[in-house]
Amino acid sequence: MAQNEYSAIAQQGLWKNNPALVQILGLCPLLAVTSTVINGLALGLATMLTLVLSNVTVSLIRNFVSPEIRIPVFVLVIASIVTVIELAMHAYFHELYLILGIFIPLIVTNCAIIARAEAFASKNPVFPAFLDGLMMGLGFAAVLVVLGSMREVLGQGTLFANAHLLLGDIALGFEITVIEDYRGFLLAVLPPGAFIGLGILIALKNVIDSRLEKRRQPAPLISTEAKATAA
Amino acid sequence: MLITALLLGIFAILGTGLVALTFQNTEERIEQNEREYFLRTLNALVPSSVYDNVLYEDLITVESATLLGSKKPVEIYRARKDGKPVAAILTPIAPDGYSGNIKLLIAIRYEGEIMGVRVVSHLETPGLGDGIDIAKSDWIDSFNGHSLANPDELGWRVEKDGGIFDQFTGATISPRAVVKAVYNSLKYYQQHRDKIFSLSSPSPKDEQNGAE
Repeated sequence: MAQNEYSAIAQQGLWKNNPALVQILGLCPLLAVTSTVINGLALGLATMLTLVLSNVTVSLIRNFVSPEIRIPVFVLVIASIVTVIELAMHAYFHELYLILGIFIPLIVTNCAIIARAEAFASKNPVFPAFLDGLMMGLGFAAVLVVLGSMREVLGQGTLFANAHLLLGDIALGFEITVIEDYRGFLLAVLPPGAFIGLGILIALKNVIDSRLEKRRQPAPLISTEAKATAA
Repeated sequence: MLITALLLGIFAILGTGLVALTFQNTEERIEQNEREYFLRTLNALVPSSVYDNVLYEDLITVESATLLGSKKPVEIYRARKDGKPVAAILTPIAPDGYSGNIKLLIAIRYEGEIMGVRVVSHLETPGLGDGIDIAKSDWIDSFNGHSLANPDELGWRVEKDGGIFDQFTGATISPRAVVKAVYNSLKYYQQHRDKIFSLSSPSPKDEQNGAE
């Protein structure tokens, strides 16, 4: 496979077809756990790992699983992977597991994972499938981290609180107090703040996209597009 | 068709096998984590230097819907040194929080003084009622050193109701519920102190029957 095809996969996952900002998949964990950067990062990493493993497995078995049973097999593969990750987290990141709680097993229900298995991994060789899982996972994790930092700064005036739960004792001093003596902003902590934050991120992405588009396109096209947006 | 079914079966076995294998390898560690985590919480209330028994195994379950807030059995952990009682840790529930039950740990010195209180789980409003949680504010430490007679019955309320314990701005219900639950636990402790320390820990089998 050519080099530019790999970069196309990366672009799809990270930006053009980002699971959180464009496909709007996996909203439940996205909105629920992004109250701090570290929570977002932890769930993002777990989701990315699941995506990579499930994409690779599905790609490996794609040639001898017949179409009738492919969906149940994919579900089985994903559920097993997530359960293994959940058990491992419970064993090695116990306190983080307590915070993320139900959202680790709920990775199973993140539609982004079965969507990538069905739409990409089941039709492509192992390496592109691996890359697609990695990039989609990175794209999803990036949104979790950005949304988590927005909500953490606005909600409690800190960044990287509880970093040691994920990164070990080295990270004990990582917490940054962005705003001293901050009383907290309740809306950012509560679920509505997550919805508003995600809305702002999606809007921001669309603004950037349309700016890029304008720069690329010749003049006449801009005016028709501007009309279309204005209408 | 048969091959397809067989294939599906094989995947089911492989998937379950993988999960079972991981479970076996992590089971011990997970149990140990949970024990250590719980023991850390207990030790935050009763420092490990003041007792020498296996705290999380030395427990009894009791029932008192009126004083301990739950119709279900409530655990009491007992700390002893050289066989003599040092402190008891009660795990009552404050049933009248703003949203749902507030689960508490209350450590009471043998003589009846409070060593510490912690909220184990709650659903109070973030930013308002969640000040009862040690992660958000140290309000919960204001109980330390108090006992049933200090302050008197009228003092065991939040300030708004004429007592000595602070409420928070915008949230009276959560602190009120906690103060009441702590007071009731002290009452329970006073009435049953000898029984609490003399009952022997049930064997696992009894425990199971008790939970039903």
